[in-house]
Amino acid sequence: MSIKYTKDHEWIRVDGDTGVIGISDYAQQQLGDVVFVDLPEVGRTVEAGGEAAVVESVKAASEVYAPVAGEVVAVNDALGDDPALVNREPMGGGWFVKLRITDASALDGLMDEAAYQSYVEGLA
Amino acid sequence: MRYLPLTDADRRGMLARIGAPSVDALFRDVPESARLPGPIEGLSNHMGELQVERTIAAMAAKNVPAGSVPSFLGAGAYRHHVPASVDYLIQRGEFLTSYTPYQPEVTQGTLQYLFEFQTQVALITGMEVANASLYDGATSCAEAVMMANRLTRRSRAVLSGGLHPHYRDVTVTNARFTGFETVQMPAAPEGGEDLMAQVDARTSCVVVQNPDVFGQVRDYSELAEACHAKGALLVVVVTEAVSLGLLASPGEMGADIVAAEGQSIGNALGFGGPYVGLFATREKFLRQMPGRLCGQTVDAEGKRGFVLTLSTREQHIRREKATSNICTNSGLCALAFTIHLTLLGEAGFTRLARINHANAVRLAGMLSRVPGVEVVNDAFFNEFTLRLSRPAAGVVDALAARGVLAGVPVSRLHPGVAELENLLLVATTETNTEADMEALAAGLEEVLK
Amino acid sequence: MNNQGRRTDTGTPDAASGSATISGNRGLVLEEALIFEQDSPGTTGVDLPEPEETGLRLGAVRQRGRIGLPGLAEPTVVRHYTRLSQKNHAIDMALYPLGSCTMKHNPRLNEKMARLPGFADLHPMQPMSTVQGALELIDTLAHWLKTLTGMPAVAMSPAAGAHGELCGMMAIRAALIERGEAHRLRVLVPESAHGTNPATAASLGFTVDAIPADATGRVDLAALEAKLGPDVAAIMLTNPNTCGLFERDIVRIGELVHAAGAYFYCDGANFNAIVGRVRPADLGIDAMHINLHKTFSTPHGGGGPGSGPVVLSQALARFMPFPHVVHDASGLRLVEGPGDGPGEGATGAEFGRLKGFHGQMGMFVRALSYMLSHGADGLWQVASDAVLNANYLLASLKDVMTASFEGPCMHEALFDDRFLKDTGVSTLDFAKALIDEGYHPMTMYFPLVVHGALLIEPTETETKQGLDDFVAVLRGLAERAKAGDAEHFTGAPRFTPRRRLDETAAARKPILRWQPDQPYQEAAE
Repeated sequence: MSIKYTKDHEWIRVDGDTGVIGISDYAQQQLGDVVFVDLPEVGRTVEAGGEAAVVESVKAASEVYAPVAGEVVAVNDALGDDPALVNREPMGGGWFVKLRITDASALDGLMDEAAYQSYVEGLA
Repeated sequence: MRYLPLTDADRRGMLARIGAPSVDALFRDVPESARLPGPIEGLSNHMGELQVERTIAAMAAKNVPAGSVPSFLGAGAYRHHVPASVDYLIQRGEFLTSYTPYQPEVTQGTLQYLFEFQTQVALITGMEVANASLYDGATSCAEAVMMANRLTRRSRAVLSGGLHPHYRDVTVTNARFTGFETVQMPAAPEGGEDLMAQVDARTSCVVVQNPDVFGQVRDYSELAEACHAKGALLVVVVTEAVSLGLLASPGEMGADIVAAEGQSIGNALGFGGPYVGLFATREKFLRQMPGRLCGQTVDAEGKRGFVLTLSTREQHIRREKATSNICTNSGLCALAFTIHLTLLGEAGFTRLARINHANAVRLAGMLSRVPGVEVVNDAFFNEFTLRLSRPAAGVVDALAARGVLAGVPVSRLHPGVAELENLLLVATTETNTEADMEALAAGLEEVLK
Repeated sequence: MNNQGRRTDTGTPDAASGSATISGNRGLVLEEALIFEQDSPGTTGVDLPEPEETGLRLGAVRQRGRIGLPGLAEPTVVRHYTRLSQKNHAIDMALYPLGSCTMKHNPRLNEKMARLPGFADLHPMQPMSTVQGALELIDTLAHWLKTLTGMPAVAMSPAAGAHGELCGMMAIRAALIERGEAHRLRVLVPESAHGTNPATAASLGFTVDAIPADATGRVDLAALEAKLGPDVAAIMLTNPNTCGLFERDIVRIGELVHAAGAYFYCDGANFNAIVGRVRPADLGIDAMHINLHKTFSTPHGGGGPGSGPVVLSQALARFMPFPHVVHDASGLRLVEGPGDGPGEGATGAEFGRLKGFHGQMGMFVRALSYMLSHGADGLWQVASDAVLNANYLLASLKDVMTASFEGPCMHEALFDDRFLKDTGVSTLDFAKALIDEGYHPMTMYFPLVVHGALLIEPTETETKQGLDDFVAVLRGLAERAKAGDAEHFTGAPRFTPRRRLDETAAARKPILRWQPDQPYQEAAE
């Protein structure tokens, strides 16, 4: 199991042929209090870099892009009642979508934890 | 100049602080070729209040105000009596000269009346939620269709022939440029159109109007069920909001979106604008709504207060993915609407509606006895269609020359349709007197002789 | 899309301002319940006679049951809205320096003129012979707008600025279709644009391509040139731009855009900076909306109504919406549709209808009253004083607040939050502290091209003393923030009818209407 990050601040935790997607702590801080998450239907297929979800705070909104191509096998229904999970547990309970990965090739271009941290520091 | 407080001494002092030799120097980024050497030619110079009043009043004097003669025009704009306190209150500077309430701590006045307005609109339309207004009924109608397209992920709207042609045209103009399809049913003053025959798997919505543009009132309950069975939404347009005080509401009939014109409550005829678009829907469709929404919350001390909310739908945050590009809407007209409706209350609003209907029943009876006149509708609210023995446009002009504004000839709404040429729309409200009605009946009798 | 959020909860409340009262009122600041909570069933504020018995002619349609509207008598209603009004900031009270909003004095003469029965009491579908003065007023206003912009045509019906954008971009699309170039679907929009620009373009099926700003806050000409191509329909540019700067290269931009076969749309929201001094036609613009509720003093009304006529260049002049006013033998006439007098005023290229009737007539009367009051000489002075006032603020503040770009600015001055770095005070906090000082905040967090933007537009209708007072407050606040008194800011405002509102809670569980504790029928039993 490994966690990789995109430049758009999504993370993906890969376990075999499935991947769980969320947004990073940095991203949730930038957005502010999350008030709504628009999740895809289970069964939908997404391209690498395609829109998988939308996350909204009061004054901002952001698309969440799929880091890899896959089919949505589960979504985090808990976010419907408690979107603040994204703020409280961005790397855990605040996950968005679980994918069955159909093409893992895009994983190679993603950042590991250390690379992402230095990337974020460079943004400040 | 009375609106400009700076003195020349002020200006010199300010330029000194700025360190600029002249105001012209502040315009140095403007290409020299585009800088005018002095005030634009061909326009008058400044005037005092008195002169302006004379100039503008001279233009006003060339018009015939509807209230100065017996007047029976409707077709989407209705002359009602507006209580004096409405116009007084909306001219309070704190309402009139305030901006969109983006800073809620200093705009609770605007926000609270918007919250009350949204509640009133939801109540009278029989819907669950309403927004803080759109431009007018016609643009509300177009927005409703585009919202239905988004909700159903379909792109074909069926427009009833009973829909006001201007509403149809605004919707079709949007369709033409945004790339959805419209099916425009022919005008059918006698009804009988088969809308469901047009509904297919690509159809996002059916748009009907109640009362329709010919004044006919209809029950759309079965149509709503039939639409839903095919996965389409029912959009109900209302151009005469006072009718909602007497008729079963669109919500009760199963409408999914209500797009209405609010002018007839609180707002003057004003030669067509500004008016106020009402927009209401089901709670489950909230996130696809266009326009501003005001919501209740609490402040830092736990007191109830109000804010603009769900703004991520809107252009200033969502930009190219917004549900609509609308920004400025009809705040002050919504205020006039909500004050008038608050003054009326349940008792006044329903009574106003019954008076309007009673006047229409009486007028229809009176006019049906005029030779050459036939009332087309079997059911109506405060407006109905007459079939005359000759083209209505000429009759209207002849009556205008006699000092009676008889109504709207259908040919002005549906030009070039021979079978509609003799039709005349006649509306009546609480403002029409017995003498007005007699003047219309007598005038029609004379002109049709 | 804007993916930069900010704090939207209430922050940490501190001690309330003053001691609590029994009523909850604080002197002239009166608490006011919702109309629904003041319901006196059966009461009405409008006396109407009982209708006579005529019988109903409603066919199969049911009568409606109880609606649930509250009943209030007239004095209660007047007091309700008077109290609400006292919870608003307004131009009539104090400076309202919202950048890009042009909150100038709204003359009451305009209101008086708009209420003349000869305009206010006209039905839009009256015979043309009975509304000649109204058509004359529209035509006269059109003449002023065309003269002030140097443009040959103007579409009068758009209801507001964003509606004007829709109109102008439809005209461009219609022109492209007529040219057989419907494939041009890309629209270039600077990053600093109002949100309405990308929203408008996207709603018409265009794709939006952002142009970056250069180091001086203006369109990066090289980037623009690189983005132009045979698929570009138009550029949408605000000028002066949302940083309060005049686009120096605008003539060149126009030439490049035209050479690429595209059109030049200008967002005229900031026309107040140049009205009467610069004609947009001389800048190469093809279409521009004019917010009558900004430049021409019609009231903002708490969010409308506005009015957004669109001036059109020769290339676009035929692409008008219906209806429009023409002169013919019998006087003035509205061309209302394609079947309406072909060859007698219709351009033949009208693209459809945008609004129920002819436009925002009430706003037209107000705007023309304002224009006649100022005249050509007064409007020249309007732009001059608007720009002078903004530059005066910039010069008076740039040593304590951080100006984003070198001056001179046009009608508004842009600052960013660098001067608040490490103070623990955000742009939002700074703005809220301004409220306690009796001012409406400036525009915050817009434009998006600078961090923590504070955009100040004083307009020309402020006195020098008023500006000096404002400067003193801003300087004092800036110094206070730097001195480490963050709490003063994060707890603000303290003296308003409500303190910071919890926008997070409002958005998470939306309450968009009043609900009785129980369904109405049950409650009434």
